[in-house]
Amino acid sequence: MQHSAAAQQLTPEGWLPPPPLPHHYDDRVSHANAVRFGMWLFLGTEVLLFAGVFTGYFTFRAYFPEAFDQAARHLSLFLGTLNTFLLLTSSLTVALAHHNAERGKNHNAFWLLVVSVLMGGGFLVIKGIEYHEKFVEHALPGKFFNFAEITAPGGPVFYVVYFFATGLHALHVIVGMSLLTWVAVRAWRKEFSPTYYAPLENAGLYWHLVDLVWIFLYPLLYLV
Amino acid sequence: MSQSASTAQVAVAPAGAQLELPKKHYLNDGTTIRSWLLTVDHKRIAIMYLVGTTFGLLLGGIFAMVLRLELLTPGPTIIEALTYNRMFTLHGLVMIFMFMIPAIPGVFGNFFLPIMLGAKDVAFPKWNLTSYYVYLAGAALMLWGLITGGADTGWTFYTPYSTTTTTNIAPVMLGVFVIGFSSILTGLNFIVTIHTLRAPGVTWFKMPLFVWAIYGTSIIQVLATPVIGLTTLLVAAEHTFGFGFFDPARGGDPILFQHLFWFYSHPAVYIMVLPAMGVISEAICAFSRKNIFGYSMIAMSSLGIAFVGFFAWGHHLFTSGQSAFDAGAFAAISMLVGVFTAIKIFNWVGTLYKGAISFTAPFAYICGFLFFLVFGGMTGIALATVSLDVHWQDTYFVVAHFHFIMVGAVIMGFLTALHYWFPKMFGRKYPENWGLLAAGLIVLGFNATFIPQFLLGNAGMPRRYYEYPERFAALNVASTAGASLLAFGFIIIAIYLAIALFNGEVAGRNPWGSRGYEWDTPSPPPTENFDHPVDHTRIPHDYTDTEDVATVSHAT
Repeated sequence: MQHSAAAQQLTPEGWLPPPPLPHHYDDRVSHANAVRFGMWLFLGTEVLLFAGVFTGYFTFRAYFPEAFDQAARHLSLFLGTLNTFLLLTSSLTVALAHHNAERGKNHNAFWLLVVSVLMGGGFLVIKGIEYHEKFVEHALPGKFFNFAEITAPGGPVFYVVYFFATGLHALHVIVGMSLLTWVAVRAWRKEFSPTYYAPLENAGLYWHLVDLVWIFLYPLLYLV
Repeated sequence: MSQSASTAQVAVAPAGAQLELPKKHYLNDGTTIRSWLLTVDHKRIAIMYLVGTTFGLLLGGIFAMVLRLELLTPGPTIIEALTYNRMFTLHGLVMIFMFMIPAIPGVFGNFFLPIMLGAKDVAFPKWNLTSYYVYLAGAALMLWGLITGGADTGWTFYTPYSTTTTTNIAPVMLGVFVIGFSSILTGLNFIVTIHTLRAPGVTWFKMPLFVWAIYGTSIIQVLATPVIGLTTLLVAAEHTFGFGFFDPARGGDPILFQHLFWFYSHPAVYIMVLPAMGVISEAICAFSRKNIFGYSMIAMSSLGIAFVGFFAWGHHLFTSGQSAFDAGAFAAISMLVGVFTAIKIFNWVGTLYKGAISFTAPFAYICGFLFFLVFGGMTGIALATVSLDVHWQDTYFVVAHFHFIMVGAVIMGFLTALHYWFPKMFGRKYPENWGLLAAGLIVLGFNATFIPQFLLGNAGMPRRYYEYPERFAALNVASTAGASLLAFGFIIIAIYLAIALFNGEVAGRNPWGSRGYEWDTPSPPPTENFDHPVDHTRIPHDYTDTEDVATVSHAT
């Protein structure tokens, strides 16, 4: 479909003309600014959402330093580090996709986004393996906790924090992957051009936030 | 100052000429149900918010009347103890999340913010519509959860009771979470609109004060709401899966819940009251025909309240085992809110001084607002004093205090806005005599309801109790009688506004002779808000050197 119907409407430069400007904006620049500013505000709300999680983490870490220390030793440092590597690299490819899209290079942007989504998927698979290990060991939150190797009090609380924080983050990874898939489809249709690339930029911003949250979660849960 | 152009636009038809509604306006631009339900016009969304929030007010009001009737006698009166617990939970949740938080921003913010900025719509019209449906979905989920699950925790959901109660609270928590999304979307939309869609000439310090108030409100909505979202998720997860995050038996901390909860729910008070303050700043100029006194002070104090409000939550935890240092720090910060509020009150009173006052229904509500805000605010300062709070904690004194602010100030602001802007929104006037009568009933009824509760609380009657000793009976009867007056006033308002909607006298462009930007447009405004290019050469609230174009009479 993209190549038969849409190809006829491509501009000489090789991309689709941008969608019409919403009636209440004077020009494209102010519209793009508004859209970008709206996304930054939304990211602000996400930061506050995770701030609550981190508050919980620090509170319980202060209560149960020993249990948090023991539990951290039972997380797989290798898998956690591998995941960090995957997520950071996917942020790089998303940034490169943005770089290409704003120059109208939709083809490059598409493949870079595909690679990013695949790395996001890899992150989830590895997270799933880690979760599976915890389920087998009964290193679980609250009343499901039955893991003899953590002797200090506070083990169940660590796993509440662990599962809640990484679960909420994984949910954001899934949302981010959906957004990236959506803009990848649009890149495939050659919709982005130097005058119109805001959706890809915003999806990218969201993905960077997902990355940023992990940059805090990784040292707090695995390293400290 | 040159203002000939704009003055010419606000001038109404010569006396004696029959005013007519504009032929084409936002209300008749599409009359199908679909054209309403799928509209992206901020004014129609505002009207839908008016319907939704008024329904919330009605429901919350009915629950309040049931509570007051139950408390008419010391023993059981009309409902059982458990039903009573469910009723006050319903009353609190419905009033706060279905009425107070969305009411003024959702209705009057949506309607007037773009017009005041000279914009054709808000920044993201589709998200605006989405926020309304998210609000409806959240409200439906919350109500369904409350009615079928029978939550009895009170609107504060304090742990560990909320995580161990046998009633099903998870849908209620999710409903609150969903409504939070709606609130965030509205706030985000308004902030972006204010930053990017101001018409040429509308600089930051030429924005009407209502816009400044909404700006402060939106900042709180965007920054505080995610935290209550997270907290409700945690409580729902804990209640459903037994996580133990807030359960001391599993190493959790119930006080952590109170911190997370009040980090949102204290600023939420300013989500409710700041827009009401914005309404008063607008209307007080129009009804005293005088420039606002201390424009920048009022504008900045809105931001001041928004900022300080984030650091005052600890005053809800004075008796929860907080350290003495924390309690003292939170007490001092809480009192700063009083300083910013006092700045506003003195500026409003300064505006009234030597003004040409027209004592209309909205002005009656302004007077009520000032009284309730001062009285409620001063008792707030008293409650922020740690030693006094220990005595009053969880008594009716607290209930009366926050009802003075949340019902007194906020509902007075809502009713001021409804009456002041009714002619602009619907193009017709309401009957002034009925308006004044209802205003009198409401202000009196309100005082009669809550002043006895201050006395009850001071005498030691705890809040949320189903029964009480005989010696509290007289004051409780007084309070219930006052609530009936209040209800009667609301019924009168509903009736005359419903009649005025269809048969009211045509208002014309600017019946109050107001100098607010929104009165430059026809009443009701056309779909894209303006029938002529926007020209905001004058400053808002400027009443110097204007010929009197009001059709209401002002004192001289």
